Amino acid sequence: MNAYKEIILNGTWKQNSILAQLLGLCPLLAISATFVNAVSLGLATILVMLLANLVISGLRTFIPYEIRIPAFVLVIASLVTVVDLAFNAFLHDLYLVLGIFIPLIVTNCIVLARVEAFAAKNGLAASTLDGAMMGVGFVWVIGLLGLIREFVGQGTLFSGIEMIFPRAHAIQVLPESYPGFLIAILPPGAFLVLGFMIAGRNWLDARANERQRQWLLEQRMPRANTASERG
Amino acid sequence: MTESNSSYQEPGALRVALRTAAILLIFMLVFTALMAGTYRITAPMLEASAQAERLRVINEILPAANYDNDVLRDQVLVPADAALNNASVSVVYRARQKDKPVAIVVEATALDGYSGQIGLLLAISAEGRILAQRVIRHKETPGLGDYIDPKKDRNKQRPWINQFNQVGFDEVPFKQWRVKKDGGRFDQMAGATISARAVTNASARALLWVNQNRETLFSLPVGSRLEPVK
Repeated sequence: MNAYKEIILNGTWKQNSILAQLLGLCPLLAISATFVNAVSLGLATILVMLLANLVISGLRTFIPYEIRIPAFVLVIASLVTVVDLAFNAFLHDLYLVLGIFIPLIVTNCIVLARVEAFAAKNGLAASTLDGAMMGVGFVWVIGLLGLIREFVGQGTLFSGIEMIFPRAHAIQVLPESYPGFLIAILPPGAFLVLGFMIAGRNWLDARANERQRQWLLEQRMPRANTASERG
Repeated sequence: MTESNSSYQEPGALRVALRTAAILLIFMLVFTALMAGTYRITAPMLEASAQAERLRVINEILPAANYDNDVLRDQVLVPADAALNNASVSVVYRARQKDKPVAIVVEATALDGYSGQIGLLLAISAEGRILAQRVIRHKETPGLGDYIDPKKDRNKQRPWINQFNQVGFDEVPFKQWRVKKDGGRFDQMAGATISARAVTNASARALLWVNQNRETLFSLPVGSRLEPVK
């Protein structure tokens, strides 16, 4: 049970694909101009990562070490193709929204990275959970990035939501006359906002470490007297 | 000693290599078969939804009540070298009401967008007016030049692209079929003239081309190809 908790924490925070590993930046920067696009790509990524980890974990005993990379690439590319076709055929309405993002996922090296680093060495359940959690880590970061870029760049929230929920509307937060802040929508804006987010994560981690150090110091001081009590 | 040792290892290495290659080959076959199988199963459904999507876009610029033929079937092919600037052979759809020509639905490309090509779909009536047109593909700057696509246009009441509706050369002559900044009759948004100019000029060329070829386009047999005459 503890191992699974570790996987969840690693995926969403400690080993976060974007904030910690800085992997998969190409789709991240390309699709995060609005919140709805960002989350759509993220959800499709979860699906593919979960499937890739599941299949590779199941096949891992058949794949010789020397050819693991070509084998992984082959499996991931086929899976993405199959998911793309199946979505298009059976869930066409959803495909119209997510469809353009699915082939993009092949370019996301985080999929290959997790397959190589985790699924090739771990069991089915743990690997599937790892794939899903790495995807969740991707979703919340790309979603937040999209939220910030969209707000700063266009002064709206959730624009494009009507593609997913036809009756919903984008929220115009800043007045209509807001001229927009173009750089936030263009690729440099993605780098800038991402830079601030990574700095924020590092700051939070540094603060947490500092607190833990303080806590340990406080624990150690009185321990000299109360060591026997603490057992 | 070392020689015999290496000659002993050689077949082992070869066997490992062959075995590895065989495994990779099996992987390739299995996963290619998986993709091919999925493609075969889904192909008819994909074709059907692509047709439905095409019809939806056509009906956005040409209301279904205006014609009674199977517009997707009633098509002719146009070579790439026409004034439409399309990169490859494109399809022209013909809409008819009781066998009388109603409109030509044609795809045109503007090569001079701000970032690359802009694809247009126009419905042009038998009287030589643009009924409506839509941008069907573009890479213009989000939030700036993408107002040429009514879905992205902030003005929902009167999107920019609608000013071409019901306009023909009888109302706006070819010479004045430009954005106002170029001395023409059509609005553009300040700061993003290039996108508007590209669409405006491409629609003028497409309208001119359809006007010149209308008779031929309507009379060609279904599925045939328009020969470049000029």
